[in-house]
Amino acid sequence: MKPQWQILVVDDEEIMCESLAAWLREDGYLVDTASSGREAVELAKKTDYAIYFIDLKMPGGMDGIDTLMEIRRLHPDASIIIITAYATVDTAITAIKEGAQEYIVKPCNPEEISLLVGRIIKVKRLQRENLILRKKLQRRYQFHDIICKSPRMLEVLELAREVSSLRSTVLIRGESGTGKELVARAIHFSGNRAQKPFIAVSCAALAETLLESELFGYEKGAFTGAAERKKGKFELADGGTIFLDEIGDIGPKLQADLLRVLQERSFYRVGGSEEVHVDARVIAATHKDLRALVEEGKFREDLFYRLNVIEIQIPPLRERREDIPLLAGHFVERISHELGKPVEEIAQDAMRLLMDHSWPGNVRELENAVERAIVSCRGRTLTAEDFSFLRNNGAAKIQMPDNLTLADMEKLMIEAALRRTGGNVKEAAASLGIDRSTLYEKLKRYGIER
Amino acid sequence: MVVGVFELRTPEDRAVPQGVIPAMAAALEQCLPVRVAGLKPLEIPQGAYDARRAQWSAPAVLESVLASLPEGIPKALAVTGVDLFIPMLSFVYGQAQLKGRAGVVSVARLRQEFYGLPGNEALLLERARKEAVHEAGHLLGLVHCSSPGCVMRLSVQVGQIDLKGEAPCPSCAARLREVSA
Repeated sequence: MKPQWQILVVDDEEIMCESLAAWLREDGYLVDTASSGREAVELAKKTDYAIYFIDLKMPGGMDGIDTLMEIRRLHPDASIIIITAYATVDTAITAIKEGAQEYIVKPCNPEEISLLVGRIIKVKRLQRENLILRKKLQRRYQFHDIICKSPRMLEVLELAREVSSLRSTVLIRGESGTGKELVARAIHFSGNRAQKPFIAVSCAALAETLLESELFGYEKGAFTGAAERKKGKFELADGGTIFLDEIGDIGPKLQADLLRVLQERSFYRVGGSEEVHVDARVIAATHKDLRALVEEGKFREDLFYRLNVIEIQIPPLRERREDIPLLAGHFVERISHELGKPVEEIAQDAMRLLMDHSWPGNVRELENAVERAIVSCRGRTLTAEDFSFLRNNGAAKIQMPDNLTLADMEKLMIEAALRRTGGNVKEAAASLGIDRSTLYEKLKRYGIER
Repeated sequence: MVVGVFELRTPEDRAVPQGVIPAMAAALEQCLPVRVAGLKPLEIPQGAYDARRAQWSAPAVLESVLASLPEGIPKALAVTGVDLFIPMLSFVYGQAQLKGRAGVVSVARLRQEFYGLPGNEALLLERARKEAVHEAGHLLGLVHCSSPGCVMRLSVQVGQIDLKGEAPCPSCAARLREVSA
């Protein structure tokens, strides 16, 4: 049954109109008929038909081509099929030039028309699905879906909204887990690039040579295993946005390449000699102090200024505690739905615990804590008992030698988390309340083998 | 629901082969919630003939069938041996008013002889049964179905008629029950 698709048949010969309409109705379509171009245009003003069948030769001052043009003006995405009793190349070319999707000569084989209509409807259905999915994505990342009420966070969102339609590079700074990528996505999906790709790259997750071919792509034969040309993330983000997470972790060679892309809007694929031009907006993020890295000579000053055109600083969760109840409530609603557990609220004693916690892993840690509590919860309300792991944090179990530094401590905790998860970085990062890319960066820094 | 079935008389060499109409009537009663009433044959309207195409216009035939339906027969299916067309298409196996009163089935392209092959009476009867149920299904309000074995699947080649069954699929059968209720 395809009752939702509407078709308009336009022909001055009533029998032609009605017989084609009857044949299409047998296929489950809702079909209207019009005996002139003017009548067709009036109907098209009221209804957005999926397909228009328009006879080329019609009396009354408005022939098939005129009708096609007027309908094309009203509905640029309409599928229009021109029908005629005889075919000439000239009329076919004119019809196609003016926007007809197909051109058929009557009488045509039933198979031909059945395949044609089926094909058009299949594309329409995919377009409709695509539209629904895009709207869902947009809703998910629109600003009002970033949960906050603290004045500092509202200022951040206001700034992000203001810059969403600009092309300028944005540098988002904030501790791990504060939602840097979420803000980057919100900027992308609220601006005029929303219909184009958003490509996220974690610069800490890959070795420098891999990251180079990942960002810029490579030519066939550029290195062992490069069996064919591959587009890089910059090319994939053409027209859209590329999000470079943990930008503070890239080495000097990539810093120079990135500077060139930002200045020239072009680059070379690895092993390539052809210049590739792209229009991708760059949003970079880091939890590091890039200014300090510049002073230490570890980050190019010119690149820093290119990236830091607009700076957005996301405050850590401990500095905006008024957002905790809102965020926790939001996570309860979403995660209980996802897990299919009927948990509805957080008890007062549990909320006090959440408000008192320092949240070193920020919003991500809070999200993980709520999920863990929901998994172990037996009723409809999350109690302080369900969040008891926040009190322990496993710290008491660690034997601390006298000369332990903070860095040693961090290394020990990471090693313990990896042991617990059998070397699974994703799970280890989640249990530590940090982002996976941050964990990769720390693994590299401490020389920890997985 | 009573469905009247009758032959549309045409020149001798294009007559509906014997056995076709009884086979259609049996299939209708087996596969659809209808009772069949045999009606007297009617002459095919000469005005429906298109000499240029050497075919008969299905919409014109339907118009004439509607005008001559006897009282007390809510729906009727005409059967003809001539080749039918609608102006837009080069041919049709049949046509029916969706949820309407009249339908027509042509057996011309159901015969193996039409394709230059030796005649096969059993195959002709099988195809005729399916096409009768298909057009009567439209009269009862069913539209085309995408289920491969369903009699309501659209056939635009004779091979496609051979592939489908002669009964509605469970989903079309359920729709029929809804419509009847």
